[in-house]
Amino acid sequence: MSAAPILSVAGLERRYGHFIGCTDISFDVFPGEVVAIVGESGSGKTTLLNCISGRLERSAGEIRYRMRDGRFPDLADLTEAERRFLMRTDWGFVHQNPADGLRMRVSAGANVGERLMAVGERHYGNIRQTATDWLERVEIAAARIDDQPVAFSGGMRQRLQIARNLVTHPRLIFMDEPTGGLDVSVQARVLDLLRMLVADLGLSVVIVTHDLAVARLLSQRMIVMKSGRIVEQGLTDRVLDDPHHPYTQLLVASIPES
Amino acid sequence: MIKALDIEPLLCVDGVRKSFTMHLRGGIRLPVVEHVSFRLVPGECVVLGGPSGVGKSSILRMVYGNYAVDGGSILVRDRVSGEMADLAAGDPRVILDLRRDSIGYVSQFLRAVPRVSAIDVVAEPLIARGVDRTAATAKAGEMLERLHLPPALFSLPPATFSGGEKQRVNIARGFITDHPVLLLDEPTASLDAANRDIVVTMIREKLAGGTAILGIFHDIPVREAVATRIIDVSAFSARKAA
Repeated sequence: MSAAPILSVAGLERRYGHFIGCTDISFDVFPGEVVAIVGESGSGKTTLLNCISGRLERSAGEIRYRMRDGRFPDLADLTEAERRFLMRTDWGFVHQNPADGLRMRVSAGANVGERLMAVGERHYGNIRQTATDWLERVEIAAARIDDQPVAFSGGMRQRLQIARNLVTHPRLIFMDEPTGGLDVSVQARVLDLLRMLVADLGLSVVIVTHDLAVARLLSQRMIVMKSGRIVEQGLTDRVLDDPHHPYTQLLVASIPES
Repeated sequence: MIKALDIEPLLCVDGVRKSFTMHLRGGIRLPVVEHVSFRLVPGECVVLGGPSGVGKSSILRMVYGNYAVDGGSILVRDRVSGEMADLAAGDPRVILDLRRDSIGYVSQFLRAVPRVSAIDVVAEPLIARGVDRTAATAKAGEMLERLHLPPALFSLPPATFSGGEKQRVNIARGFITDHPVLLLDEPTASLDAANRDIVVTMIREKLAGGTAILGIFHDIPVREAVATRIIDVSAFSARKAA
């Protein structure tokens, strides 16, 4: 693992009026590392994810990102062009509901190809070929390339959303409950796919989940949140097998078998 | 013992303490072990002995970074830099680096990942170190053949395997790399005599190659065949004082 973080969050806070969304949040993400953020509904984990991915204004604190040229600016200091580059190319965001991350009324191929066109690819044949390759990597038959996602099952939509995100070779992916809406057998397939792609591509990932089994399977490090604050963080298997904070102990004790 | 001091140790455990605080049970504190101190040099197999519940598995888990410690240090020699790194300090990245290159662990039970085949489970630690997938898979196949896992099972996920088959997958995974320190938690518990003998041979080969092994073996013939030293964990038990 490289010594310099790709993302560094320090003293982050987000308030909604007097209400605290999240506060006193500090952590680093290193290249090739998967960090899971766990906690119950309302613990602030999605607020945190939206802040660090530039989708929500923060109230205080720093969020620094390692650009491809090695600079480490705060997101707030980026130019509009740099911000666009991150959103369209260098970052991915996998939503819980695929409909939030896909365009449901254009073809599967176009959903993948659109991200390529956004980074300047213009050759139709190349775009279609790359889209076909990516559909196959996420186990969608190439014959479905001209079908719209509305005709896809939930699991297929989620796999298409993953392909759409990865086609531009991003370095950092944010995921918000990527398997949340899927039934168990479909969930296993999506998880397995994510696990393999993350390892093969050396991606850094910040994944929000309330499912400790997902966190165990995908992440090396885990952050536990409660009432907007980090209550425990560390190596994923250490946090799950030897939880220290009362809330983490409650979480671990609440699942039938981790 | 005098000899052990002359050779550079691979693992130094010094003054380690561990207790569990059960917040869901009114904050009751369960002491496990204290003053745990020992060291391992290349080529020795140190066996943790003592009755059930005395803290043997907890010590193994602390040495692997799976359990946090309350105090003390656990120094592991980094295979890459040659320096000693303190795993007990709890820095996740230090622990992950040590696990990749320097310290391996064969747990009592295989934690199966859905949809991942037995051969990929075994090959994974080599791939994580940058070994080419084809070469890693070939080596994994050799390991599984040696442990007499039927080749028809190689491409299946171990979730449906018998206890003995799962354990052999687990052993193959733990033995495929050349980690200088290897932790074994009852690796032969669910094996028949023939497979147990193969594991004993594999342990002896590791020792001859300079690996330091720390293990729990309730199986007396296995323990007698591999142990170079036995540490009675009762001496570290914190329960008597509680």
